[in-house]
Amino acid sequence: MTRPAARRTSLPLGLVLPATALLALALGYPLVRQVVLSLQEFGLAQQFGQPPAWNGLGNYRDLLTDSELWVVVLRTVAFCFVNAALTFGIGLGLALLMARMSRLVRILAQCGLLLAWAMPVVAAMTVWQFLFDTQYGVVNWLLTRAGGDFEGHGWLLDPWSFFLVATVVVVWMSVPFVVFTLYAALTQVPEDVMEAAEIDGASPWQRFVHVVLPAIRPVLLVVVLLQVIWDLRVFTQIYTLQKAGGVSADTNLLGTYIYTLGIKGGDFGTAAAAAMFMLLLTVVLTAPYVRLMIKQEED
Amino acid sequence: MARRTPSAVRIGADVVGIVVLLACVFPVYWMVSRSFLPRNRIKGEDPVLVPWDGTLDNYRKILGDDDFGDAMLTSLSVTLLTVTVALLFAFLAAVAVSRFRFRGRRTFILTLLLIQMIPAEALFISQYKMLDGMGLLNSVIGLTLVYVAGVLPFTVWTLRGFVDGVPHELEEAAMMDGCSRTQAFFRVTLPLLAPGLVATGVFGFIQAWNEFTLAVVVMTDPAKETLPVWLVAFTDARSRGVDWGAIMASSTLITIPVIVFFLLVQRRMVSGLTAGAVKG
Repeated sequence: MTRPAARRTSLPLGLVLPATALLALALGYPLVRQVVLSLQEFGLAQQFGQPPAWNGLGNYRDLLTDSELWVVVLRTVAFCFVNAALTFGIGLGLALLMARMSRLVRILAQCGLLLAWAMPVVAAMTVWQFLFDTQYGVVNWLLTRAGGDFEGHGWLLDPWSFFLVATVVVVWMSVPFVVFTLYAALTQVPEDVMEAAEIDGASPWQRFVHVVLPAIRPVLLVVVLLQVIWDLRVFTQIYTLQKAGGVSADTNLLGTYIYTLGIKGGDFGTAAAAAMFMLLLTVVLTAPYVRLMIKQEED
Repeated sequence: MARRTPSAVRIGADVVGIVVLLACVFPVYWMVSRSFLPRNRIKGEDPVLVPWDGTLDNYRKILGDDDFGDAMLTSLSVTLLTVTVALLFAFLAAVAVSRFRFRGRRTFILTLLLIQMIPAEALFISQYKMLDGMGLLNSVIGLTLVYVAGVLPFTVWTLRGFVDGVPHELEEAAMMDGCSRTQAFFRVTLPLLAPGLVATGVFGFIQAWNEFTLAVVVMTDPAKETLPVWLVAFTDARSRGVDWGAIMASSTLITIPVIVFFLLVQRRMVSGLTAGAVKG
Protein backbone atom coordinates (compact mmCIF):
# COMPACT_ATOMS: atom_id res chain seq x y z
CA MET A 1 0.00 0.00 0.00
CA THR A 2 1.34 3.39 -0.91
CA ARG A 3 0.37 6.08 1.48
CA PRO A 4 1.73 9.48 2.43
CA ALA A 5 4.55 9.05 4.90
CA ALA A 6 3.07 8.36 8.30
CA ARG A 7 3.66 11.30 10.55
CA ARG A 8 3.57 10.96 14.29
CA THR A 9 0.71 13.25 15.02
CA SER A 10 -2.47 13.19 17.03
CA LEU A 11 -4.43 14.67 14.12
CA PRO A 12 -5.97 11.37 12.92
CA LEU A 13 -7.07 10.52 16.45
CA GLY A 14 -8.77 13.89 16.66
CA LEU A 15 -10.48 13.19 13.32
CA VAL A 16 -11.99 9.89 14.44
CA LEU A 17 -12.90 11.25 17.88
CA PRO A 18 -16.37 12.68 17.06
CA ALA A 19 -17.52 9.48 15.32
CA THR A 20 -16.08 7.28 18.06
CA ALA A 21 -17.62 9.34 20.85
CA LEU A 22 -21.05 9.30 19.23
CA LEU A 23 -20.97 5.56 18.60
CA ALA A 24 -19.80 4.94 22.15
CA LEU A 25 -22.67 7.01 23.50
CA ALA A 26 -25.49 5.80 21.26
CA LEU A 27 -24.48 2.14 20.82
CA GLY A 28 -21.67 1.23 23.21
CA TYR A 29 -23.27 2.54 26.37
CA PRO A 30 -26.69 0.97 25.63
CA LEU A 31 -24.96 -2.32 24.88
CA VAL A 32 -23.26 -2.35 28.30
CA ARG A 33 -26.44 -1.14 29.92
CA GLN A 34 -28.39 -3.90 28.24
CA VAL A 35 -26.11 -6.56 29.70
CA VAL A 36 -26.61 -5.03 33.16
CA LEU A 37 -30.35 -4.64 32.61
CA SER A 38 -30.67 -8.27 31.56
CA LEU A 39 -29.24 -9.30 34.94
CA GLN A 40 -31.67 -7.14 36.90
CA GLU A 41 -35.23 -7.36 38.03
CA PHE A 42 -36.62 -4.37 36.16
CA GLY A 43 -40.37 -4.28 35.97
CA LEU A 44 -43.20 -1.88 36.73
CA ALA A 45 -42.09 -1.20 40.33
CA GLN A 46 -38.73 0.06 39.03
CA GLN A 47 -40.52 2.23 36.50
CA PHE A 48 -42.02 4.02 39.49
CA GLY A 49 -38.73 4.70 41.19
CA GLN A 50 -37.81 1.57 43.09
CA PRO A 51 -34.13 0.73 42.59
CA PRO A 52 -33.63 -2.34 40.38
CA ALA A 53 -32.67 -5.50 42.23
CA TRP A 54 -30.03 -7.93 41.01
CA ASN A 55 -31.57 -11.01 39.60
CA GLY A 56 -28.48 -12.86 38.43
CA LEU A 57 -29.34 -15.05 35.50
CA GLY A 58 -32.97 -15.10 36.61
CA ASN A 59 -34.26 -13.28 33.52
CA TYR A 60 -32.44 -15.68 31.24
CA ARG A 61 -33.74 -18.62 33.22
CA ASP A 62 -37.29 -17.26 33.03
CA LEU A 63 -36.91 -16.71 29.30
CA LEU A 64 -35.34 -20.03 28.51
CA THR A 65 -37.91 -21.96 30.53
CA ASP A 66 -40.75 -19.88 29.09
CA SER A 67 -42.11 -21.90 26.21
CA GLU A 68 -43.26 -18.74 24.42
CA LEU A 69 -39.70 -17.62 23.71
CA TRP A 70 -38.91 -20.90 22.00
CA VAL A 71 -42.04 -20.71 19.92
CA VAL A 72 -41.14 -17.14 18.94
CA VAL A 73 -37.54 -18.07 18.14
CA LEU A 74 -38.58 -21.06 16.05
CA ARG A 75 -41.15 -18.93 14.25
CA THR A 76 -38.57 -16.19 13.64
CA VAL A 77 -36.00 -18.61 12.27
CA ALA A 78 -38.59 -20.40 10.11
CA PHE A 79 -39.93 -17.10 8.76
CA CYS A 80 -36.39 -15.93 8.12
CA PHE A 81 -35.34 -19.02 6.19
CA VAL A 82 -38.53 -19.29 4.15
CA ASN A 83 -38.31 -15.62 3.17
CA ALA A 84 -34.58 -15.65 2.53
CA ALA A 85 -34.88 -18.83 0.44
CA LEU A 86 -37.80 -17.49 -1.60
CA THR A 87 -36.12 -14.14 -2.11
CA PHE A 88 -32.85 -15.74 -3.12
CA GLY A 89 -34.45 -18.34 -5.39
CA ILE A 90 -36.63 -15.84 -7.21
CA GLY A 91 -33.79 -13.31 -7.34
CA LEU A 92 -31.26 -15.73 -8.82
CA GLY A 93 -33.80 -17.06 -11.31
CA LEU A 94 -34.66 -13.55 -12.49
CA ALA A 95 -31.01 -12.50 -12.66
CA LEU A 96 -30.29 -15.47 -14.94
CA LEU A 97 -33.35 -14.81 -17.11
CA MET A 98 -32.52 -11.10 -17.31
CA ALA A 99 -29.62 -11.82 -19.65
CA ARG A 100 -31.96 -13.70 -21.99
CA MET A 101 -34.69 -11.07 -22.24
CA SER A 102 -34.90 -8.76 -25.21
CA ARG A 103 -33.41 -5.36 -24.49
CA LEU A 104 -36.66 -3.45 -24.12
CA VAL A 105 -38.28 -5.98 -21.78
CA ARG A 106 -35.12 -6.10 -19.70
CA ILE A 107 -35.04 -2.35 -19.25
CA LEU A 108 -38.74 -2.26 -18.37
CA ALA A 109 -38.36 -5.08 -15.84
CA GLN A 110 -35.38 -3.28 -14.30
CA CYS A 111 -37.39 -0.07 -13.97
CA GLY A 112 -40.18 -1.99 -12.23
CA LEU A 113 -37.78 -3.67 -9.84
CA LEU A 114 -36.15 -0.34 -9.06
CA LEU A 115 -39.55 1.12 -8.20
CA ALA A 116 -40.39 -1.74 -5.82
CA TRP A 117 -36.94 -1.45 -4.24
CA ALA A 118 -37.28 2.29 -3.68
CA MET A 119 -40.68 2.15 -1.96
CA PRO A 120 -40.44 3.23 1.70
CA VAL A 121 -41.33 0.26 3.84
CA VAL A 122 -44.36 1.85 5.55
CA ALA A 123 -45.79 3.04 2.22
CA ALA A 124 -45.38 -0.46 0.80
CA MET A 125 -47.09 -1.84 3.90
CA THR A 126 -50.13 0.41 3.59
CA VAL A 127 -50.52 -0.44 -0.09
CA TRP A 128 -50.32 -4.18 0.50
CA GLN A 129 -52.72 -3.91 3.42
CA PHE A 130 -55.08 -2.13 1.08
CA LEU A 131 -54.64 -4.83 -1.60
CA PHE A 132 -55.45 -7.54 0.97
CA ASP A 133 -58.16 -5.50 2.71
CA THR A 134 -61.20 -7.47 3.83
CA GLN A 135 -63.77 -5.17 2.25
CA TYR A 136 -62.07 -3.11 -0.45
CA GLY A 137 -59.08 -5.28 -1.32
CA VAL A 138 -58.35 -6.15 -4.94
CA VAL A 139 -57.12 -9.59 -3.94
CA ASN A 140 -60.49 -10.61 -2.51
CA TRP A 141 -62.25 -9.08 -5.50
CA LEU A 142 -60.06 -10.98 -7.99
CA LEU A 143 -60.33 -14.30 -6.15
CA THR A 144 -64.11 -13.94 -5.88
CA ARG A 145 -64.23 -13.17 -9.60
CA ALA A 146 -62.15 -16.28 -10.26
CA GLY A 147 -64.83 -18.31 -8.56
CA GLY A 148 -63.52 -18.49 -5.00
CA ASP A 149 -65.48 -17.68 -1.87
CA PHE A 150 -63.43 -14.69 -0.79
CA GLU A 151 -66.09 -12.07 -0.28
CA GLY A 152 -65.12 -10.28 2.96
CA HIS A 153 -62.27 -12.72 3.64
CA GLY A 154 -60.01 -11.52 6.47
CA TRP A 155 -56.42 -12.37 5.58
CA LEU A 156 -54.88 -11.21 8.83
CA LEU A 157 -57.11 -13.15 11.21
CA ASP A 158 -55.40 -16.49 10.85
CA PRO A 159 -51.66 -16.76 11.69
CA TRP A 160 -50.89 -18.78 8.56
CA SER A 161 -52.46 -16.36 6.12
CA PHE A 162 -51.07 -13.48 8.22
CA PHE A 163 -47.57 -14.79 7.53
CA LEU A 164 -48.47 -15.45 3.91
CA VAL A 165 -49.26 -11.75 3.48
CA ALA A 166 -46.11 -10.78 5.41
CA THR A 167 -44.04 -13.09 3.19
CA VAL A 168 -45.51 -11.64 0.00
CA VAL A 169 -44.58 -8.11 1.12
CA VAL A 170 -41.12 -8.98 2.42
CA VAL A 171 -40.20 -10.94 -0.71
CA TRP A 172 -41.65 -8.22 -2.97
CA MET A 173 -39.44 -5.64 -1.29
CA SER A 174 -36.29 -7.76 -1.08
CA VAL A 175 -36.08 -9.42 -4.51
CA PRO A 176 -34.91 -6.31 -6.42
CA PHE A 177 -31.66 -6.00 -4.44
CA VAL A 178 -30.85 -9.67 -5.10
CA VAL A 179 -31.62 -9.39 -8.82
CA PHE A 180 -29.52 -6.26 -9.37
CA THR A 181 -26.57 -7.55 -7.37
CA LEU A 182 -26.53 -11.01 -8.97
CA TYR A 183 -27.16 -9.65 -12.46
CA ALA A 184 -24.19 -7.31 -12.01
CA ALA A 185 -22.08 -10.28 -10.89
CA LEU A 186 -23.25 -12.43 -13.82
CA THR A 187 -22.18 -9.83 -16.36
CA GLN A 188 -18.67 -10.12 -14.91
CA VAL A 189 -18.37 -13.83 -15.74
CA PRO A 190 -15.63 -13.96 -18.40
CA GLU A 191 -17.13 -14.55 -21.83
CA ASP A 192 -14.13 -16.46 -23.20
CA VAL A 193 -14.32 -19.06 -20.43
CA MET A 194 -17.99 -19.60 -21.20
CA GLU A 195 -17.20 -20.02 -24.89
CA ALA A 196 -14.35 -22.40 -24.17
CA ALA A 197 -16.65 -24.52 -22.02
CA GLU A 198 -19.26 -24.53 -24.78
CA ILE A 199 -16.72 -25.59 -27.39
CA ASP A 200 -15.58 -28.37 -25.07
CA GLY A 201 -19.15 -29.64 -25.15
CA ALA A 202 -20.38 -28.55 -21.73
CA SER A 203 -24.18 -28.46 -21.48
CA PRO A 204 -25.85 -25.25 -20.25
CA TRP A 205 -26.37 -26.88 -16.84
CA GLN A 206 -22.69 -27.92 -16.65
CA ARG A 207 -21.62 -24.43 -17.67
CA PHE A 208 -23.82 -23.01 -14.92
CA VAL A 209 -22.49 -25.33 -12.21
CA HIS A 210 -18.82 -25.36 -13.20
CA VAL A 211 -18.24 -21.90 -14.64
CA VAL A 212 -20.93 -19.44 -13.55
CA LEU A 213 -21.45 -20.55 -9.95
CA PRO A 214 -17.77 -20.56 -8.94
CA ALA A 215 -17.31 -17.15 -10.58
CA ILE A 216 -20.14 -15.50 -8.63
CA ARG A 217 -19.67 -17.47 -5.40
CA PRO A 218 -18.41 -14.58 -3.20
CA VAL A 219 -21.30 -12.37 -4.24
CA LEU A 220 -23.78 -15.20 -3.68
CA LEU A 221 -22.45 -15.67 -0.17
CA VAL A 222 -22.82 -12.00 0.70
CA VAL A 223 -26.32 -11.80 -0.77
CA VAL A 224 -27.51 -14.85 1.14
CA LEU A 225 -26.06 -13.64 4.43
CA LEU A 226 -27.41 -10.11 4.11
CA GLN A 227 -30.81 -11.56 3.28
CA VAL A 228 -30.74 -13.79 6.35
CA ILE A 229 -29.79 -10.87 8.59
CA TRP A 230 -32.50 -8.65 7.15
CA ASP A 231 -35.19 -11.31 7.38
CA LEU A 232 -34.20 -12.19 10.92
CA ARG A 233 -34.86 -8.67 12.13
CA VAL A 234 -38.17 -8.10 10.36
CA PHE A 235 -40.11 -5.73 12.61
CA THR A 236 -41.97 -3.04 10.69
CA GLN A 237 -43.93 -5.45 8.51
CA ILE A 238 -45.13 -7.58 11.43
CA TYR A 239 -45.85 -4.56 13.63
CA THR A 240 -47.97 -2.80 11.00
CA LEU A 241 -49.89 -5.94 10.05
CA GLN A 242 -50.66 -6.56 13.73
CA LYS A 243 -51.81 -2.95 14.07
CA ALA A 244 -53.98 -3.34 11.00
CA GLY A 245 -56.17 -5.75 12.87
CA GLY A 246 -54.15 -8.92 12.51
CA VAL A 247 -53.90 -11.43 15.35
CA SER A 248 -50.97 -10.49 17.55
CA ALA A 249 -50.86 -13.42 19.96
CA ASP A 250 -49.58 -16.02 17.51
CA THR A 251 -47.78 -13.74 15.10
CA ASN A 252 -44.94 -12.26 17.17
CA LEU A 253 -41.43 -12.58 15.79
CA LEU A 254 -38.40 -11.75 17.95
CA GLY A 255 -38.48 -8.02 17.20
CA THR A 256 -42.14 -7.50 18.05
CA TYR A 257 -41.81 -9.94 20.99
CA ILE A 258 -39.07 -7.81 22.57
CA TYR A 259 -41.07 -4.66 21.86
CA THR A 260 -44.23 -6.05 23.46
CA LEU A 261 -42.33 -7.39 26.45
CA GLY A 262 -40.35 -4.21 27.17
CA ILE A 263 -41.77 -1.04 25.67
CA LYS A 264 -45.42 -2.12 25.93
CA GLY A 265 -45.24 -4.44 28.94
CA GLY A 266 -42.66 -2.56 31.01
CA ASP A 267 -40.66 -5.69 31.84
CA PHE A 268 -37.32 -4.27 30.76
CA GLY A 269 -35.21 -6.92 32.47
CA THR A 270 -36.67 -9.86 30.57
CA ALA A 271 -36.88 -7.82 27.35
CA ALA A 272 -33.18 -7.00 27.65
CA ALA A 273 -32.39 -10.70 28.09
CA ALA A 274 -34.45 -11.51 24.98
CA ALA A 275 -32.61 -8.76 23.09
CA MET A 276 -29.26 -10.29 24.10
CA PHE A 277 -30.54 -13.55 22.71
CA MET A 278 -31.32 -11.85 19.39
CA LEU A 279 -27.88 -10.25 19.36
CA LEU A 280 -26.28 -13.64 19.88
CA LEU A 281 -28.34 -15.17 17.09
CA THR A 282 -27.24 -12.38 14.74
CA VAL A 283 -23.57 -12.73 15.67
CA VAL A 284 -23.63 -16.48 15.05
CA LEU A 285 -25.38 -16.10 11.69
CA THR A 286 -23.22 -13.26 10.44
CA ALA A 287 -19.85 -14.57 11.56
CA PRO A 288 -18.94 -15.92 8.07
CA TYR A 289 -19.77 -12.58 6.42
CA VAL A 290 -17.76 -10.62 8.95
CA ARG A 291 -14.82 -12.99 8.55
CA LEU A 292 -14.94 -12.47 4.79
CA MET A 293 -14.99 -8.69 5.20
CA ILE A 294 -12.08 -8.79 7.62
CA LYS A 295 -10.09 -10.89 5.19
CA GLN A 296 -10.76 -8.39 2.39
CA GLU A 297 -9.71 -5.58 4.72
CA GLU A 298 -6.39 -7.25 5.50
CA ASP A 299 -5.49 -8.00 1.89
CA MET B 1 -23.19 -11.39 -21.80
CA ALA B 2 -23.75 -11.14 -25.52
CA ARG B 3 -24.61 -14.77 -26.04
CA ARG B 4 -26.99 -16.05 -28.64
CA THR B 5 -30.27 -17.02 -27.07
CA PRO B 6 -32.68 -19.45 -28.77
CA SER B 7 -35.93 -17.67 -29.64
CA ALA B 8 -38.12 -19.98 -27.52
CA VAL B 9 -36.00 -19.17 -24.47
CA ARG B 10 -36.14 -15.48 -25.33
CA ILE B 11 -39.93 -15.48 -25.53
CA GLY B 12 -40.17 -17.33 -22.22
CA ALA B 13 -37.75 -14.89 -20.58
CA ASP B 14 -39.70 -11.95 -21.99
CA VAL B 15 -42.97 -13.28 -20.59
CA VAL B 16 -41.35 -13.60 -17.15
CA GLY B 17 -39.96 -10.08 -17.56
CA ILE B 18 -43.43 -8.68 -18.26
CA VAL B 19 -44.90 -10.53 -15.28
CA VAL B 20 -42.15 -9.10 -13.05
CA LEU B 21 -42.82 -5.62 -14.41
CA LEU B 22 -46.53 -5.92 -13.62
CA ALA B 23 -45.95 -7.42 -10.17
CA CYS B 24 -43.58 -4.58 -9.29
CA VAL B 25 -45.54 -1.72 -10.80
CA PHE B 26 -49.10 -2.72 -9.90
CA PRO B 27 -48.97 -1.95 -6.14
CA VAL B 28 -47.31 1.39 -6.84
CA TYR B 29 -49.84 2.17 -9.57
CA TRP B 30 -52.67 1.20 -7.22
CA MET B 31 -51.33 3.51 -4.51
CA VAL B 32 -51.07 6.50 -6.85
CA SER B 33 -54.31 5.90 -8.76
CA ARG B 34 -56.42 5.31 -5.61
CA SER B 35 -55.05 8.52 -4.12
CA PHE B 36 -57.07 10.44 -6.72
CA LEU B 37 -60.36 8.68 -6.03
CA PRO B 38 -63.09 10.02 -3.75
CA ARG B 39 -64.24 7.76 -0.96
CA ASN B 40 -67.41 6.48 -2.61
CA ARG B 41 -65.52 5.42 -5.75
CA ILE B 42 -63.04 3.36 -3.71
CA LYS B 43 -65.92 1.58 -2.03
CA GLY B 44 -67.68 0.76 -5.32
CA GLU B 45 -68.65 -2.79 -6.29
CA ASP B 46 -65.97 -3.22 -8.95
CA PRO B 47 -62.63 -1.42 -8.64
CA VAL B 48 -62.03 1.40 -11.11
CA LEU B 49 -58.94 0.60 -13.15
CA VAL B 50 -58.06 4.13 -14.27
CA PRO B 51 -59.34 7.17 -12.33
CA TRP B 52 -60.10 9.32 -15.41
CA ASP B 53 -62.21 11.76 -13.45
CA GLY B 54 -60.06 11.79 -10.33
CA THR B 55 -59.97 14.56 -7.76
CA LEU B 56 -57.29 16.16 -5.62
CA ASP B 57 -59.54 16.08 -2.55
CA ASN B 58 -57.46 13.45 -0.75
CA TYR B 59 -54.34 15.58 -1.16
CA ARG B 60 -56.15 18.71 -0.04
CA LYS B 61 -57.37 16.88 3.01
CA ILE B 62 -53.96 15.49 3.97
CA LEU B 63 -52.04 18.69 3.29
CA GLY B 64 -54.57 20.60 5.38
CA ASP B 65 -54.24 18.12 8.25
CA ASP B 66 -52.29 19.58 11.18
CA ASP B 67 -51.07 16.17 12.36
CA PHE B 68 -49.59 15.47 8.93
CA GLY B 69 -47.91 18.87 8.97
CA ASP B 70 -46.42 18.24 12.41
CA ALA B 71 -45.17 14.81 11.39
CA MET B 72 -43.65 16.27 8.22
CA LEU B 73 -41.83 18.89 10.27
CA THR B 74 -40.50 16.29 12.71
CA SER B 75 -39.42 14.00 9.88
CA LEU B 76 -37.66 16.80 8.03
CA SER B 77 -35.86 18.01 11.17
CA VAL B 78 -34.67 14.55 12.19
CA THR B 79 -33.65 13.61 8.65
CA LEU B 80 -31.73 16.79 7.84
CA LEU B 81 -30.02 16.84 11.22
CA THR B 82 -29.06 13.18 10.87
CA VAL B 83 -27.60 13.71 7.40
CA THR B 84 -25.63 16.80 8.45
CA VAL B 85 -24.12 15.31 11.59
CA ALA B 86 -23.44 11.90 10.02
CA LEU B 87 -21.75 13.44 6.97
CA LEU B 88 -19.55 15.71 9.06
CA PHE B 89 -18.44 13.04 11.55
CA ALA B 90 -18.06 10.38 8.86
CA PHE B 91 -16.07 12.68 6.62
CA LEU B 92 -13.52 13.42 9.34
CA ALA B 93 -13.22 9.75 10.22
CA ALA B 94 -12.94 8.71 6.56
CA VAL B 95 -10.09 11.14 5.98
CA ALA B 96 -8.27 9.82 9.03
CA VAL B 97 -8.67 6.20 7.99
CA SER B 98 -7.76 6.79 4.37
CA ARG B 99 -4.93 9.30 4.68
CA PHE B 100 -3.22 8.36 7.94
CA ARG B 101 -1.78 5.30 9.61
CA PHE B 102 -2.36 5.47 13.34
CA ARG B 103 -2.68 3.28 16.37
CA GLY B 104 -6.18 1.89 16.66
CA ARG B 105 -6.94 2.39 12.96
CA ARG B 106 -7.57 -1.29 12.36
CA THR B 107 -9.65 -1.62 15.52
CA PHE B 108 -11.72 1.35 14.43
CA ILE B 109 -12.42 -0.14 10.99
CA LEU B 110 -13.30 -3.56 12.35
CA THR B 111 -15.54 -2.06 15.03
CA LEU B 112 -17.46 -0.21 12.31
CA LEU B 113 -17.91 -3.47 10.45
CA LEU B 114 -19.24 -5.27 13.50
CA ILE B 115 -21.54 -2.44 14.53
CA GLN B 116 -23.16 -2.52 11.12
CA MET B 117 -24.39 -6.03 11.86
CA ILE B 118 -26.26 -5.13 15.06
CA PRO B 119 -29.98 -5.03 14.35
CA ALA B 120 -31.83 -2.06 15.85
CA GLU B 121 -34.28 -4.56 17.33
CA ALA B 122 -31.54 -6.06 19.51
CA LEU B 123 -30.66 -2.75 21.14
CA PHE B 124 -33.74 -0.56 21.21
CA ILE B 125 -34.74 -1.60 24.72
CA SER B 126 -31.64 -0.11 26.32
CA GLN B 127 -31.51 2.81 23.87
CA TYR B 128 -35.02 3.61 25.04
CA LYS B 129 -33.95 3.42 28.68
CA MET B 130 -30.94 5.62 27.98
CA LEU B 131 -32.91 8.33 26.17
CA ASP B 132 -35.56 8.14 28.89
CA GLY B 133 -32.88 8.77 31.52
CA MET B 134 -31.50 11.71 29.53
CA GLY B 135 -34.96 13.21 29.06
CA LEU B 136 -34.60 12.76 25.30
CA LEU B 137 -37.65 10.61 24.57
CA ASN B 138 -39.97 12.35 22.12
CA SER B 139 -37.20 14.72 21.11
CA VAL B 140 -35.67 15.35 17.72
CA ILE B 141 -32.20 15.33 19.31
CA GLY B 142 -32.79 11.93 20.91
CA LEU B 143 -34.00 10.27 17.73
CA THR B 144 -31.21 11.92 15.72
CA LEU B 145 -28.64 10.53 18.15
CA VAL B 146 -29.66 6.93 17.53
CA TYR B 147 -30.15 7.55 13.80
CA VAL B 148 -26.66 8.98 13.34
CA ALA B 149 -25.23 5.96 15.15
CA GLY B 150 -27.20 3.77 12.76
CA VAL B 151 -25.99 5.35 9.50
CA LEU B 152 -22.47 6.32 10.60
CA PRO B 153 -20.73 2.97 9.97
CA PHE B 154 -22.00 2.71 6.40
CA THR B 155 -21.30 6.40 5.78
CA VAL B 156 -17.68 6.21 6.99
CA TRP B 157 -17.18 3.02 5.02
CA THR B 158 -18.49 4.51 1.76
CA LEU B 159 -16.80 7.90 2.13
CA ARG B 160 -13.51 6.18 2.85
CA GLY B 161 -13.79 4.50 -0.55
CA PHE B 162 -14.23 7.91 -2.18
CA VAL B 163 -11.26 9.42 -0.32
CA ASP B 164 -9.15 6.41 -1.32
CA GLY B 165 -10.15 7.14 -4.89
CA VAL B 166 -8.52 10.57 -4.90
CA PRO B 167 -4.78 9.98 -5.48
CA HIS B 168 -2.74 11.60 -2.76
CA GLU B 169 -0.19 12.52 -5.41
CA LEU B 170 -2.60 15.30 -6.35
CA GLU B 171 -2.31 16.74 -2.87
CA GLU B 172 1.45 16.34 -2.92
CA ALA B 173 1.66 18.18 -6.22
CA ALA B 174 -0.32 21.04 -4.71
CA MET B 175 2.01 21.05 -1.72
CA MET B 176 5.03 21.27 -4.05
CA ASP B 177 3.39 24.33 -5.51
CA GLY B 178 3.38 25.90 -2.08
CA CYS B 179 0.11 24.87 -0.49
CA SER B 180 0.07 23.70 3.10
CA ARG B 181 -1.26 20.20 3.70
CA THR B 182 -4.59 21.62 4.89
CA GLN B 183 -4.87 23.99 1.93
CA ALA B 184 -4.05 21.18 -0.47
CA PHE B 185 -6.76 19.08 1.06
CA PHE B 186 -9.43 21.75 0.91
CA ARG B 187 -8.55 23.05 -2.55
CA VAL B 188 -7.76 19.82 -4.33
CA THR B 189 -9.23 16.81 -2.59
CA LEU B 190 -12.46 18.19 -1.17
CA PRO B 191 -13.91 19.34 -4.52
CA LEU B 192 -13.20 15.89 -5.95
CA LEU B 193 -15.10 14.34 -3.05
CA ALA B 194 -18.30 16.27 -3.73
CA PRO B 195 -20.03 13.43 -5.62
CA GLY B 196 -19.19 11.02 -2.80
CA LEU B 197 -20.56 13.38 -0.19
CA VAL B 198 -23.77 13.82 -2.17
CA ALA B 199 -24.22 10.06 -2.65
CA THR B 200 -23.66 9.19 1.00
CA GLY B 201 -25.80 12.12 2.12
CA VAL B 202 -28.65 10.91 -0.05
CA PHE B 203 -28.26 7.43 1.35
CA GLY B 204 -28.51 8.80 4.89
CA PHE B 205 -31.56 10.82 3.91
CA ILE B 206 -33.40 7.75 2.62
CA GLN B 207 -32.51 5.74 5.72
CA ALA B 208 -33.65 8.35 8.21
CA TRP B 209 -36.75 9.32 6.23
CA ASN B 210 -37.97 5.70 6.00
CA GLU B 211 -36.94 4.49 9.44
CA PHE B 212 -39.80 3.10 11.50
CA THR B 213 -38.60 0.82 14.32
CA LEU B 214 -36.62 3.33 16.37
CA ALA B 215 -39.10 6.09 15.60
CA VAL B 216 -41.99 4.11 17.04
CA VAL B 217 -39.90 3.29 20.12
CA VAL B 218 -38.55 6.78 20.78
CA MET B 219 -41.42 9.01 19.65
CA THR B 220 -44.27 7.74 21.83
CA ASP B 221 -46.10 11.07 22.01
CA PRO B 222 -48.57 11.37 19.08
CA ALA B 223 -47.60 15.03 18.70
CA LYS B 224 -43.98 13.99 18.05
CA GLU B 225 -44.51 11.24 15.50
CA THR B 226 -42.40 11.09 12.36
CA LEU B 227 -44.18 10.54 9.04
CA PRO B 228 -43.88 6.72 8.96
CA VAL B 229 -45.18 6.43 12.55
CA TRP B 230 -47.97 8.88 11.78
CA LEU B 231 -48.94 6.92 8.65
CA VAL B 232 -49.21 3.61 10.52
CA ALA B 233 -51.29 5.25 13.27
CA PHE B 234 -53.46 6.90 10.62
CA THR B 235 -54.04 3.56 8.87
CA ASP B 236 -54.95 2.09 12.25
CA ALA B 237 -57.76 4.54 12.91
CA ARG B 238 -60.43 1.85 12.65
CA SER B 239 -62.96 3.73 14.71
CA ARG B 240 -63.34 6.46 12.10
CA GLY B 241 -63.45 3.91 9.33
CA VAL B 242 -60.35 3.58 7.22
CA ASP B 243 -60.04 6.38 4.67
CA TRP B 244 -58.06 4.53 2.00
CA GLY B 245 -58.00 7.46 -0.42
CA ALA B 246 -56.34 9.71 2.15
CA ILE B 247 -53.98 6.93 3.24
CA MET B 248 -52.88 6.34 -0.34
CA ALA B 249 -52.41 10.08 -0.89
CA SER B 250 -50.17 10.39 2.16
CA SER B 251 -48.25 7.22 1.22
CA THR B 252 -47.65 8.75 -2.20
CA LEU B 253 -46.42 12.01 -0.66
CA ILE B 254 -44.00 10.13 1.60
CA THR B 255 -42.75 8.02 -1.30
CA ILE B 256 -42.01 10.75 -3.86
CA PRO B 257 -38.83 12.21 -2.30
CA VAL B 258 -37.46 8.72 -1.71
CA ILE B 259 -37.98 7.59 -5.31
CA VAL B 260 -36.32 10.73 -6.62
CA PHE B 261 -33.30 10.37 -4.34
CA PHE B 262 -33.13 6.63 -4.78
CA LEU B 263 -32.72 6.92 -8.54
CA LEU B 264 -29.75 9.20 -7.92
CA VAL B 265 -27.80 6.68 -5.86
CA GLN B 266 -29.04 3.22 -6.81
CA ARG B 267 -25.88 2.20 -8.66
CA ARG B 268 -23.77 2.97 -5.62
CA MET B 269 -26.14 1.05 -3.35
CA VAL B 270 -25.49 -2.15 -5.26
CA SER B 271 -21.73 -1.78 -5.23
CA GLY B 272 -21.63 -0.43 -1.67
CA LEU B 273 -23.46 -3.30 -0.04
CA THR B 274 -21.39 -5.99 -1.68
CA ALA B 275 -18.09 -4.15 -1.50
CA GLY B 276 -16.69 -6.93 0.61
CA ALA B 277 -17.16 -9.47 -2.12
CA VAL B 278 -16.42 -7.66 -5.37
CA LYS B 279 -13.32 -5.57 -5.44
CA GLY B 280 -12.53 -2.77 -7.81
